[in-house]
Amino acid sequence: MLTLTLERGEIFGVVGQSGAGKSTLIRTINSLEQPDSGSVHVAGRDMTSLAGAELRQARHDIGMIFQHFNLLSSRTVRANVELSLEITGAGRSERRRRALEILELVGLQGKAAAYPAQLSGGQKQRVGIARALASNPTVLLSYEATSALDPETTRQILDLIRQLSKDLGLTVLLITHEMDVVKRICDSAAVMSEGRILEQGPVEKLLTTEKSLLGQALFPLGEIPETSGSVVEITFTGIPTDRPVIAQLARQHGLDVGILGAAVETIHGRQTGRTRLELPGDEGTVAAAVADLRSQGLFVEAIK
Amino acid sequence: MIDRNDPYFWADVLDTILKGAGETFYTVGVSLLLTIVFGLAVGVLLVTTEAGGLLAKPFGSRLLGIALNRVLDVLVNMGRSIPFIILMILLIPFTRLLVGSFIGPTAAIVPLTIAGVPFFARLVEIGIREVPTGLVEAAQSLGATRWTILTKVLVAEAVPALALGLSTTVVGLIGYSAMVGAVGGGGLGDVAFRYGYQRYSPEYMFGVVILLVLLVQLFQSLGNFAARRLSHR
Repeated sequence: MLTLTLERGEIFGVVGQSGAGKSTLIRTINSLEQPDSGSVHVAGRDMTSLAGAELRQARHDIGMIFQHFNLLSSRTVRANVELSLEITGAGRSERRRRALEILELVGLQGKAAAYPAQLSGGQKQRVGIARALASNPTVLLSYEATSALDPETTRQILDLIRQLSKDLGLTVLLITHEMDVVKRICDSAAVMSEGRILEQGPVEKLLTTEKSLLGQALFPLGEIPETSGSVVEITFTGIPTDRPVIAQLARQHGLDVGILGAAVETIHGRQTGRTRLELPGDEGTVAAAVADLRSQGLFVEAIK
Repeated sequence: MIDRNDPYFWADVLDTILKGAGETFYTVGVSLLLTIVFGLAVGVLLVTTEAGGLLAKPFGSRLLGIALNRVLDVLVNMGRSIPFIILMILLIPFTRLLVGSFIGPTAAIVPLTIAGVPFFARLVEIGIREVPTGLVEAAQSLGATRWTILTKVLVAEAVPALALGLSTTVVGLIGYSAMVGAVGGGGLGDVAFRYGYQRYSPEYMFGVVILLVLLVQLFQSLGNFAARRLSHR
């Protein structure tokens, strides 16, 4: 049982390990699988109540891309995109025009006559995106779409999805097991495990939420070591180069601050960092130090 | 007996063999067309009526799907397990009912088709099974009808495998047609049997054999060529 609501035009990522139920979730959105109970509404339509022609009509408004691209090997790039338009019933010249137009949009002009086997993984996924978007859907479902790609290609495909989402006003639901995907393009995210949503919300909000699983997954600082002092984690959004936060903390509170770990990630194009500090000293001193940090607008989480 | 001193001897050999070849083409050609139509349908149904298949629930009934799958499977196995020479004899009453006689090239079409359909159906089944299920899912996500998925995805993607299967089937049918010929079905088999065997003429026998070998080579090469040209994997 889970509830998930996407805002129009946002990019929503669902992360979780394999077997968490991500694939079932995404496949219920366009009714490739029927939920036992509950309902799925897409753009005002209750997908679970649709069947036959109505369901096919609704699917024209929901594009889907796949981990293994699922392109027809017997068709050229252009004909693969045109399949989508053959299904919606567009005429021959309209299909051709639209296919070439959308291929240009995904950066594949000049590849229209190639067969999928002649393309690289990234190019294949671009064809997949073009096919999914040819019928002008409002929603794009991305089913581990970058999991078979190398990091550089993944980056390019994610940037393309972000760009298309912005230009076309697409709402994107993507499922992935790669944290990098969330970092790079997701406005909101949900963490899923054993068929349940453990947490969900805007990524930046989750990062400054106590005990956030997503926060921990995005900043892997490792196990908390045995220490005598207290341990806190500070999350910065935008690196405060003009303020020597830790040096000031040590000086003003007379604390021998120890740095146990730190990570900096680019999240949504912003440098975001998390530092794990050891604060030796009595409770009062530590509490004052934490309050001081918070007063500077930093997100501080007391770990122990 | 044959007379090798007859000045028209070689012309007769050629005439007889060409006439036989014509009959063989007719018999094999017609049964091949029927085999393609029915074999394709049976092969596609064998795959798609399985659990989770595209036609797992024809007319909304899974029971019908299961029944269709089982019946076709048993029929195909029966057709494949009965040796052709016996099938031919078994089918005599049926052929007579259908064509009015069990002798002649037209009558030979009946057992050839009945042996060809299960053979080709299994090859179609293998070809269709090789199409990745992800392609079907992608087409479904685009809102395709079952007919579109069947024709534009399953069959279209299996075409190279089907071309190979077809050439194998043609070769099989040519072989069977020679057997039908020996019991009155006409064609090259008839020539080889009556002139080559019964009248002790190696000229006829080798003429027929050479022609058959050439034909088989030709059709197999055509099939391989087509499969290579059609495959873009």
